[in-house]
Amino acid sequence: MTTLPALARTARLGARGLLVGLLTAAFLAPFYLMLRNSLMDSRSLTAPEWTWWPSTMHFENFTALFDDPAVSMGPALGNSLLIAAVTAPVSTLLASAAGYALARIPVPGRGVVLALVVATLMIPGSVTFVPTFVVVGSMGGVNTLWGIVVPGLFNPFAVLLFRNFYLQFPSEIEDAGRLDGLGWLGLYGRIALPSSGAMLASLGALSFIDSWNSFLWPLVIGQDPSAWTAQIALSTFLTSQTINLPGLFAGAVVTITPLVVMFLVAQRYIVEGIATSGLKG
Amino acid sequence: MNASATSTTTKPESTGRPAATPRGAARTARSGRPRAGRSGWTAFVLLTAPVLIGLGIFKYVAIGWSFLLSLSDARGTIALGHWVGLDNYRTLLSDQAFRDSLVQILLFTAFIVPVTFAVSLGLALLVHRIRRGRALFRTTFLIPAAVSYVAASLLWKMSLFNGLPAGIANTIGGWFGAEPVAWLQSTSPPLYWIVLVTLRLWLQVGFYMVLFLAGLQAIPKELYEAAALDGATGRRLLTGVTLPMLRNTSVAVLMLLFIAAFQAFDEFYNLFNSGQSGTGTAPVQTPLVHLYNTAMGSQNYGIGSAGAFVLTALIVGVTLIQGRFTGFGRSGE
Repeated sequence: MTTLPALARTARLGARGLLVGLLTAAFLAPFYLMLRNSLMDSRSLTAPEWTWWPSTMHFENFTALFDDPAVSMGPALGNSLLIAAVTAPVSTLLASAAGYALARIPVPGRGVVLALVVATLMIPGSVTFVPTFVVVGSMGGVNTLWGIVVPGLFNPFAVLLFRNFYLQFPSEIEDAGRLDGLGWLGLYGRIALPSSGAMLASLGALSFIDSWNSFLWPLVIGQDPSAWTAQIALSTFLTSQTINLPGLFAGAVVTITPLVVMFLVAQRYIVEGIATSGLKG
Repeated sequence: MNASATSTTTKPESTGRPAATPRGAARTARSGRPRAGRSGWTAFVLLTAPVLIGLGIFKYVAIGWSFLLSLSDARGTIALGHWVGLDNYRTLLSDQAFRDSLVQILLFTAFIVPVTFAVSLGLALLVHRIRRGRALFRTTFLIPAAVSYVAASLLWKMSLFNGLPAGIANTIGGWFGAEPVAWLQSTSPPLYWIVLVTLRLWLQVGFYMVLFLAGLQAIPKELYEAAALDGATGRRLLTGVTLPMLRNTSVAVLMLLFIAAFQAFDEFYNLFNSGQSGTGTAPVQTPLVHLYNTAMGSQNYGIGSAGAFVLTALIVGVTLIQGRFTGFGRSGE
């Protein structure tokens, strides 16, 4: 026996299901398109009739990508990997160390140090690329990988998040460590740091993503092809005069895949990282 | 960002209190009186030095130097000495292209911020209600956040909105009898806004949805039970319980969205090919693209620096005003 309210509820559930389905399709469609385009040849890609999936898949688009001397996608991917693999762990560890000291070691003047860190949060990141360029340029960092990496290693926001985290760290565990004769460095290195795994993974994953996808700073500082990241190579490819369409999409697929895999594997940490870094209250 | 700073300082007292067995340094750590001795100092300096030196060089020295450059005639050089007072600021602010870019970024911000806010909140409410497979849908909406603006621009420009009759947008339009249009080149009507807004929406909506989901999960169930006892249902629960409880999250999301929108660069640069090597026919330019062309293309670091300060002042100003209006997202809990 279906009553009127029950019918209304079923209709509502159905409408919601339809909405979720449409949204899912819309959010995933670009991935499908990118993959499809990367496997087609340029003639069928620009043909007026629609193809859902190429009848013969052109995997050579991908191999051509690495053979093309004009784009240097291979070295650029290597650069990106190196940059992200250094930035993520180093910036996270440095922030954790500073956050620990600011939270737990009661020295006079700690408040001043904290204020100096917090003040830099007011400076928007991208807008100040000229000041950063001036300093890095004067240090000879133009067209070098360290010039891309080093300014991004000091993350005041991560310092604050770690400070917050260590403030809530139970002091009983530290007391036990102190009985065992550990000093402050020992307490941090042996007790606090090993207990921060989830936090390190979350913020490290976010830092890796940011670093891999960053565009403006590598564009400013890495003008020479030897210092190109994958994003710069892709952008150069996109804005070049002669466009090889399938190759372009193959390049996009190659630069996206590592992060998509990472999202699927480390999703828990990424979600946690986003929630932590957005949590203001 | 400001909110987190203010709220963190209130936490040590509440957490460090309970049941203390007084024991040397451990006691001073909790008594709130800063005293840790020489070994404490050494450890403090060692642990904070890398970040402090790094921020010192790449933030404080950089900002200071750049400020002096903004008062200098610094074309093709980053050396100081050729003082010109406020000329760089005057030149920049009277430059029609820069003024246009400010107007356009304000339009873009006024559009993208509320739209992203509404869509990500809507998605969060939707996903929060899904019982089976919630994680799957969360992943679906979040996964575009893995894509860079460069790659998304490529797809939007070359496939979705490529202006060919066989382009996706024109094909779909064709089903409804619309003529094919050149999405990125058309200025009247300015259809490129649709390209810009859909791209940014797709990329960042999942990120903010996760923030809202975290906010939703933090709402105590009892509140809903109490409200339900008072006879509240459906819409009343949403406006009476859910939305007020998401106030802090909403403030944070609005600030993050504003700061991100105002610094838009990547998609504008890549969609319109408006970099220093570009043809300069872009229908729309953001202040950051303008600054990039000034500082990197013409190598005028004086005006480039002045621009950095003008934009920083704008962002900080609006953030502070927003913070004042919303009380920095304090209270909570």
